[in-house]
Amino acid sequence: MNSNPLSNKKVGVIGAGSFGTVFANLLAQNRSVVLYARRTEEAERLERERTYKTWRLHDQVEITSDPEYLAGACELIFPVVPAQAFPGMLQTFSPYLKPYHRLLHATKGLHVVLNEGEELSQLKKLRKEQVLTMSELIKQETTVLRVGCVAGPNLASEIAEGQPAATVVASPFDEVIREGQQALRSTNFRVHGAHDIIGIELAGVLKNIMAIAAGILDGLGLGENTKAMLITRGLAEMVNIAKPLGGEVNAFLGLAGIGDLIATCSSPASRNYTVGYRVAKGESTQEVIKSMDEVAEGVRTIAIVRALAQTHKFSAPISLALYKILFDEYDIQKGIRLLMEFPYREDGELV
Amino acid sequence: MESVQHYITEGILYEPTVPNIYNWPIARLFRSKDRFLKEVIDETMEAVAQFAQRQNSSIEQLVAKTMYRERIRMKEDPWKVDPKDEIKFWRNIKKKLVAIDRIENDPTAYEKDVHNLLYSIVSRYANEIVSTFKPGTYQFAKRFLPFFFSTLLNASAGKTIRSIISHKVKMQERIHLMGETDMLRELSRIGTVVVVPTHLSNLDSILVGWSLSALGLPAFTYGAGLNLYNNKILARFMTRLGAYTVDRRKRNPIYRSTLDSYATRATIEGVNHIFFPGGTRSRSGEIEKNLKQGLLSTVIEAQRQNFAGEPRAQSEKIFIVPLVMSYHFTLEAKSLINQYLNRTGQEQYYTLDKESSDLVKIFQFIWTTFSKSSDIYLSYGKPMDVFGNFVDQEGNSIDRNGNTIEIKEYFMSNGELTKDHQRDDQYTKMLADKIVERYHAENYVFSSHLVAFVAFQMFKKNRKDLNLYSLLRLPEEERYLEVAPFLACIEAVHNRLKELNQEEKVNLPSHLRNEPSTIMEHGLKNLGLYHTKRVLKLTKDGRLFTDNMNILYYYHNRLVGYELESLVK
Repeated sequence: MNSNPLSNKKVGVIGAGSFGTVFANLLAQNRSVVLYARRTEEAERLERERTYKTWRLHDQVEITSDPEYLAGACELIFPVVPAQAFPGMLQTFSPYLKPYHRLLHATKGLHVVLNEGEELSQLKKLRKEQVLTMSELIKQETTVLRVGCVAGPNLASEIAEGQPAATVVASPFDEVIREGQQALRSTNFRVHGAHDIIGIELAGVLKNIMAIAAGILDGLGLGENTKAMLITRGLAEMVNIAKPLGGEVNAFLGLAGIGDLIATCSSPASRNYTVGYRVAKGESTQEVIKSMDEVAEGVRTIAIVRALAQTHKFSAPISLALYKILFDEYDIQKGIRLLMEFPYREDGELV
Repeated sequence: MESVQHYITEGILYEPTVPNIYNWPIARLFRSKDRFLKEVIDETMEAVAQFAQRQNSSIEQLVAKTMYRERIRMKEDPWKVDPKDEIKFWRNIKKKLVAIDRIENDPTAYEKDVHNLLYSIVSRYANEIVSTFKPGTYQFAKRFLPFFFSTLLNASAGKTIRSIISHKVKMQERIHLMGETDMLRELSRIGTVVVVPTHLSNLDSILVGWSLSALGLPAFTYGAGLNLYNNKILARFMTRLGAYTVDRRKRNPIYRSTLDSYATRATIEGVNHIFFPGGTRSRSGEIEKNLKQGLLSTVIEAQRQNFAGEPRAQSEKIFIVPLVMSYHFTLEAKSLINQYLNRTGQEQYYTLDKESSDLVKIFQFIWTTFSKSSDIYLSYGKPMDVFGNFVDQEGNSIDRNGNTIEIKEYFMSNGELTKDHQRDDQYTKMLADKIVERYHAENYVFSSHLVAFVAFQMFKKNRKDLNLYSLLRLPEEERYLEVAPFLACIEAVHNRLKELNQEEKVNLPSHLRNEPSTIMEHGLKNLGLYHTKRVLKLTKDGRLFTDNMNILYYYHNRLVGYELESLVK
């Protein structure tokens, strides 16, 4: 596979959270890895103990908290940090990123360019040009053009255990897809390629909305019929939102779309699911958010979709109902009734 | 007619950046024309082979397909300019193709035969495309155009013979060269300049060509439609000025490859180039949104080859300069918008008009421009590298934090400069997007565009129930607007334009710095000045009336893409 001997160069992972460490371990099966932890204490701890949560770090993983070192040692870099930390991470790394770097991120979130004094949850108007996916943000903030993303049903703990799983590497560049596949694939990890990077990124982002809804349904003690209804109509809604933003339908029929949607809607482990679950159990959104150390990305995404839908006039009934429940303290039962009465078009019609 | 030096002293022409015309890259190139042609042909041969591979096809299949299409073209669409031996040439190719089949079991002989066949086609195309450059003809044109414009200008502005001869009114008072002209001159000394203009009118190429030579830059080459060569006088001029021919009838991959290689090789030789990346005149009147990737990809390829090959002092870096032209009126507006509506509206749009474009029209246009004091703006945009990064005076690419970018590294992976067709296609797309973005930012909005935009949007808001094609057939009695609300909308859109201008997202000429009422007056006076019927006029009872919805729509389109629509109530 590696026709070029230099492609055995080290690969970098930015972000030493649960997903970042799992990623580093996956990559370490093929290549030497440099893993970046922002805080020096965390880097030192990882170096000392070589474990994260329940899993051990692979011997081929080298830890650093020096961005210049990582950028100098690696051409292929995987940023795996939460969406809110992404702009800060780019600021840290941008002085060291060069046109030869290839960046493949695994972050599910959107960046919104707000005017001064604007509050995301209160936004009435939001133009699509103000909303950037992470790959668009990379291109805007750095000199790197060869970007890609990794998305799919990849719950960190299951991959850490070495259970069989699959993912998608998406990029407009064949070269980036090829390199991502070569670096990531292993006996228990399949890696598919795709060109529609915007579609794949949006699939990963928008499924968080449905994860919150799934948490609500479970919190209410509802059964599988309701969940299946959510997943099916949720998928159609995701496509409907992605279309005006430049995503294609196909991305949603693959691993990063329906695949990730099913995994996230069935797993109580995710932050988004937990938000929905606890709100359904009677806590207020503010209480839930305050008690979590990281913001559940789905909550922000709902506010973004609502503002976009109002501005660009597309329908997104599930997201709008969730907005009412989370931000307007709307009664959940009323929210569900609203959805049950929504005049959908013919079943199976995606857009 | 005066000397070039005279026009320089007069401030009409700049000092040339490279004084000796024989040292210009274009002059050097045509002194070694045979070598150049050979390189074009060799590069095309390789490109066609690679193309066949990517398409899972073979050279033989491509040759057969090309022959098939060429035979149809010759039959259905022959032109005066077509060479006499064309039919014979392709008949011959056919004979040889048939002969190849019989010896297909001998691979080396087969390859040699196919190679020879391809070679004869490519070399025929390359010889058709190539032009020459005659310094004498160039100098003549450079002196003739200011003289010609100036005579017309004075003939139409003043009424006396004396004023015509004295050339009192200067052409630079009508044709405004705006933007980064000084930087353009600097960069032409450092590297190769590719100017990418918007395209509204047939007059554009004359204006662009003249303005670049007035700025003192070494001559530019550009692709001229082969149809123009049907006219012998025009053909004689264009061939000697370094223009190469583009035949839009030949849509086969071998011809396209030859054309691309020609453009690539000329750029590598350091010859400045004018590309109209929209491919054709904007039919709708809008600023181009979709650019043709083909020709644009040649600048990426040329830049890559410049980095891969031996660095030549003159031609290492390629600079992309967007150019946006603003007119109060377009000479072919009526036929352009008709063509556009015919294509988009299909059965919903019907008309009897046909385009009649001739030299008389061009004269009429110039006459109107000068006699009615109508301005033309040529806005030379901020120069960029082929990846869309802005460059500084020294030609360095600069990122948004002010750091220098080594753009060579965009072609590198794992320490090596690589050739990757798919990667470079993506870079081409990114460059196209960047150029479109810059077009909107570099554009000068005129008062006439503003009044047309507001008026059409008001008609549209008044009749929300109609689709575009019904709206364009609005009955006469509904084509009136009250002045007060019209003025209020002008003010709202104008305010937004001023904001956009602050954000460097659009340019405003001095006449748009006035009060809304003055702008309205100016706009009404200038809108479509050239057309026989006023596009928008004040009636005796103090209302606004339009005689021609299509043309109003055409001029309105110039402001599409700035999201101003919601400001018109």
